[in-house]
Amino acid sequence: MIRSTHLPLLITIATFILAYTLCASQYPAMLSTRVVANLLTDNAFLGIAAVGMTFVILSGGIDLSVGSVIAFTGVFLAVIMRDTSIHPLAAFALVLAVTIAFGAAMGAMIHYLEMPPFIVTLAGMFLARGAAYVLSTDSVPIAHEFYDTLQSLYWKAPGGGRFRLTGIIMLLTFLTGIIVAHRTKFGQNVYAVGGGLPTARLMGVPLAQTTIGIYATSGGLAGLAGIVFSLYTSAGYSLATVGVELDAIAAVVIGGTLLTGGTGFVAGTFFGILIMGLIQTFIVFDGTLSSWWTKIVIGGLLFGFILLQKGLTWATTLRRKPATEFAAQS
Amino acid sequence: MASQVHSTMKRIMPQLIILIAVLFLNFLVFPDFFRIEFQNGRLFGNLIDVLNRGAPTALLCIGMTLVIATKGIDLSVGAVMAIAGATAASIVVDGHSWQTALLGALAVGALCGFWNGFLVAYLRIQPIVATLVLMVAGRGIAQLITEGTILTFLNPGLIHLGAGTMVGVPTPIVIWVLLGLIVTAVVRKTALGMLIEAIGINESSSRLAGINSRVLIVCVYLISGFCAALAGVIVAADIKGADANNAGLWLELDAILAVVIGGNSLLGGRFSILASLLGALIIQSVNSVILLSGLPPEFNLVIKALLIIAILVIQSPTVKHALYILRASAEPTPPAPAPVQEVKEGTQ
Repeated sequence: MIRSTHLPLLITIATFILAYTLCASQYPAMLSTRVVANLLTDNAFLGIAAVGMTFVILSGGIDLSVGSVIAFTGVFLAVIMRDTSIHPLAAFALVLAVTIAFGAAMGAMIHYLEMPPFIVTLAGMFLARGAAYVLSTDSVPIAHEFYDTLQSLYWKAPGGGRFRLTGIIMLLTFLTGIIVAHRTKFGQNVYAVGGGLPTARLMGVPLAQTTIGIYATSGGLAGLAGIVFSLYTSAGYSLATVGVELDAIAAVVIGGTLLTGGTGFVAGTFFGILIMGLIQTFIVFDGTLSSWWTKIVIGGLLFGFILLQKGLTWATTLRRKPATEFAAQS
Repeated sequence: MASQVHSTMKRIMPQLIILIAVLFLNFLVFPDFFRIEFQNGRLFGNLIDVLNRGAPTALLCIGMTLVIATKGIDLSVGAVMAIAGATAASIVVDGHSWQTALLGALAVGALCGFWNGFLVAYLRIQPIVATLVLMVAGRGIAQLITEGTILTFLNPGLIHLGAGTMVGVPTPIVIWVLLGLIVTAVVRKTALGMLIEAIGINESSSRLAGINSRVLIVCVYLISGFCAALAGVIVAADIKGADANNAGLWLELDAILAVVIGGNSLLGGRFSILASLLGALIIQSVNSVILLSGLPPEFNLVIKALLIIAILVIQSPTVKHALYILRASAEPTPPAPAPVQEVKEGTQ
């Protein structure tokens, strides 16, 4: 029997397949490996950031700093490679250390100062964006042969699709995320914290360690997303990726994760990303639709999935406790 | 009456001290800061500028305070501003009067607020998600209205709302001060404020006590949408055009920040609109001090973020508790232990 917790995930996957079939029936070219490969490449940075966001939301929190951290990473890499002769790999390690520390600091503030994640990460969003401005307000190009090497790494599928390194990194991130969420102690703790802080404390979950770990993960993955984004654009610009955190949150919600925390799957987020990418691809294929329809359709999808989850929660609670109708309402 | 004034002063004291400190910083970097001149029938001065530029955030945080008091949050206000500005602009461009445009924009804002309130109160969707829908889709809708362009207009009546003056005072200041006074009077001179606080503290028990919480929740989101629409019209009138992409961008975050700096808990319950408005003025004064200091503009966000973090840390429960313990241990006979005191504060 299908468990009701799996149902949102299955519906997300079904929506994706249905949407893809509809798109492909109208434009058969959308079935080509080129479109599939571009879907992965174009959304790689968003997908990586969304994995971190899934962990944060599973724990009942939120991370608004993601977009700013991605921009900061890009500018940091571009500036450090322009001004010093440091090898890109060393720069990657450095920037990951900075973003992980940044996320951990936000997690520590949330835990020890008992401040709401929304406000702490909001301040973090301003700080990271501001730090990017301080480094450079111009778009700084990255020209390093190692970047060229990384960008030329791809596997050419039959049909002309190029599966690039960045897309592979996103897939690996999702795989790791799924394993961490369901097969490790940390993952169990994240679900426990999302289920309710007092309960988690009584269960003996190390709250400080888990909260700091969650935000450090999100910060680190935003850093990785920033690296992928700089590979994608070969530049660092402090005004880039504004509002990516909202896209990531939308992808997580469309993927069937509850914003209250405790319920959801990393795999759902993957399909959430694909659905959002598909809408954009469809608009490009169509050519007559204006770009704002993307926003309206994604908003509508969000609404649809929220209603669906609401209905499911309502139905399951009603079935389980028919006597406590009032509890189901509130 | 006197005790009421006293308790209000006690409530807003931290915000007042922070505001005075930030204004003093302004004075340090720019000695002419407090000079106000009267020229061409209008007040001029940096202080007036702070009040004028802070108008959109101040308007938003009036509604946001009420929403947050019910344990909710309204992320859509920035997008609603864009929709309202676009509506007003398209109505005057079609040749209607500015009154029609204003009413139309306010109606659209109230409708957006009603939609949010309906999702939260009747469909029982978490406020942050319910308003996220309109936040994501709202800018798309605004672009749909302006058809992707920046819709400019020259209607003097509408422009007056954003750039004109009333008895020498810039109109936006008059609007937000008046609206703040009206809303404060309505919630404090009637039981409405207390009922809203009751919903924020515990919705189930408030409903058991006979409060029609659903209607009230719809009302607070409606007010928030209304305030956002007013702010949107002012912003559009100020630049004589409706920019669907940038009008009110990230202002929802500033408004939420203003409410939090105003000492209102994001978990709902007791609220003070006056303190939130002071919070909005603090944010605007911080912006002003950065501008006046002549530092490179690249540093604006970093300084703003650091100042905000400092203000928030001072107000965080942990630091407050530590200060309380410190004060209690400094006294020869400590009064009641801390947890009891907290409970008392909550039920006052």
